[in-house]
Amino acid sequence: MLKAVLAALMLTITPAQADELRGTGDLGLIVERETGSLLVVDRSERAALGRIEGLGDLSHASLVYSPDERFAYVFGRDGGLTKVDILTRQVVRRVVQAGNSIGGAISDDGQLIAVANYEPGGVRVFDAETLELVADVPMGSKTVGIADAPGSRFIVATWDTGEVWIIDHSHSPAQPGITRLKGIGANPYDALLTSDGRRYIVGLFGEKGLTQIDLWQDPPEVTRFLPDYGRDQPDMPVYKMPHLQGWTLADGVFALPAVGLHQLLWVDADSLTEIARTELAGQPVFALARPDRREVWVNFAPPDNDKLQVVNTLTHEVLDTLTPGKGVLHMEFAPRGREVWLSVRDENRVEIRDTRSREVLGEIEARAPSGIFFTDRAHRTGL
Amino acid sequence: MARLALMPMLLAGAAMAAPPDATRQDELRHLVRQDCGSCHGLRRTGGLGRPITPEALAEREPGDLAEVILDGLPGTAMPGWRPLLTEDEARWIADYLMKTETE
Repeated sequence: MLKAVLAALMLTITPAQADELRGTGDLGLIVERETGSLLVVDRSERAALGRIEGLGDLSHASLVYSPDERFAYVFGRDGGLTKVDILTRQVVRRVVQAGNSIGGAISDDGQLIAVANYEPGGVRVFDAETLELVADVPMGSKTVGIADAPGSRFIVATWDTGEVWIIDHSHSPAQPGITRLKGIGANPYDALLTSDGRRYIVGLFGEKGLTQIDLWQDPPEVTRFLPDYGRDQPDMPVYKMPHLQGWTLADGVFALPAVGLHQLLWVDADSLTEIARTELAGQPVFALARPDRREVWVNFAPPDNDKLQVVNTLTHEVLDTLTPGKGVLHMEFAPRGREVWLSVRDENRVEIRDTRSREVLGEIEARAPSGIFFTDRAHRTGL
Repeated sequence: MARLALMPMLLAGAAMAAPPDATRQDELRHLVRQDCGSCHGLRRTGGLGRPITPEALAEREPGDLAEVILDGLPGTAMPGWRPLLTEDEARWIADYLMKTETE
C-alpha cells in the first residue's frame, strides 16, 4: 500500500525531461476517468512515465494524436477540448467548447480538430495549433460516430434525426461544404469508417439493421443491410452501448457486435450479407481485430464486464475466455499485435497480455482506467 | 395510468422488505456512478441519457423513478434493470439519486 502511494506520488512530482531526446512511437495515454487525468505510458518499458492532470470530466473520453505523435487532443464529457504534450506531460491548451461532448477526430492533414457534441447538438471544428474555433456546424441533434475521412473531411451521424453529415473543409476550412444524407435509420448510436476511408457503417438503436455509406461513390451511396437482424429473437436489455470504432474488417468480413444480443455477427463486406454468428458470454461492447486480423477480441457490458473472449476469424469459434478482472473497459493492441493492454477499471490497474500465449506480461497501476490510446493511432484513418 | 396502478405495489414492497445492507449500498453506489454513468455521465449531468442530478429530478416521484429503473423507457436507450436489481434496490437508487449530489 505504502509502495503504491509512493509510486503514485513519484508519478505526480517527477518533472518531465523535455530536453531528453526520445521518440514517441512506443508511447501511449490511458484515460483515468474518475480523476480527470491521463497516464503517460511507455509500451517498450511496460511502465507509466507520468501523469497529466486537470482535464475535467473524462467519463466517455477519447483522444486523437497529432501527426508528429507528440500532442494529443482529448475530448471530455464536459465539453472540454484539451491539447496535451506527452513529452513534457503538460496541458498546452484547453477550451470548454460545449456543454456535453461525445468524441472527436483530427483531419488527415492534421490541421483541424472536430468535436461531436450532444449539447448543443452538432460539430465544432477547431484549429489544431491554437484551438480557436474555425467552423460551427449545428445539427439540431446529438451527434455520434464522428470520423475523419480522406480529403479534410469529417463524417458524423445524428442520434435524434437519423442523418449522416459529411463536412468537407478541403476548399475553405471556415466555410465547409455540407452533404446531408437523410433517412439513415432510427437513432444511430455509433458508426465506424473503414481504414481505407471508403465505408461508413452506422449502427442503429431505434430499429433493426445497419446502414452503409459508400464514400467512393459520388454522390455517396446509402445501403441498408441486415434489415431483419435480431427480429426473430427477444432482445435483451442493453446496459452499455456497443462501440463501433474498431469494428473489424478482417479477411473481407466485418465482425460486428450485436445490440441487445449476446452475439458477434459476421458479415461479408462485398454482399453485406450475414455469413455466421458466434454465441458470446455477454452483450459485446468492443469487437477488435488483433492487428494481424487472425483473431477478434471482444469485451462485454455489465454484468459480464469481467471477461474477454477471443474468436477465430476463419472458423468463428470462441478460442478462449479470459477473466482479467472487474470492469474490463477497453483493449488496445500494440501496433503489430504482439501484446494487448487491458484497462481493468474496478481494480485500478492495466493488465498487459501476450496475444498468443494469453499470459500476463505486466501490470500498471492506474486510477479507474478506461480508454487506452497508443500513438500509432496518429497514422490511421477513421479513429 | 399503468404507473399509478403499480405504485401501491411498490410501496407495499418497500414497507415489507429491508433496504439493501451497507455492502450492497456500496455496490449500488458504484453501479450508479459507473453503469448509469455510461449514458448519464459520471457526474450525472447527462449524455445520451438525460441529466439525473437531484435538481434535474426535483419534480419526480421516487416510486415512479424506481419503476423507470426496473422497466426502462420503451423507445429510448434506457434499459430495464430488473434482471440485476430488486424492487427495494431500485427504490434505494431512486432515493439516492434524488437526494445525493455528485462529487
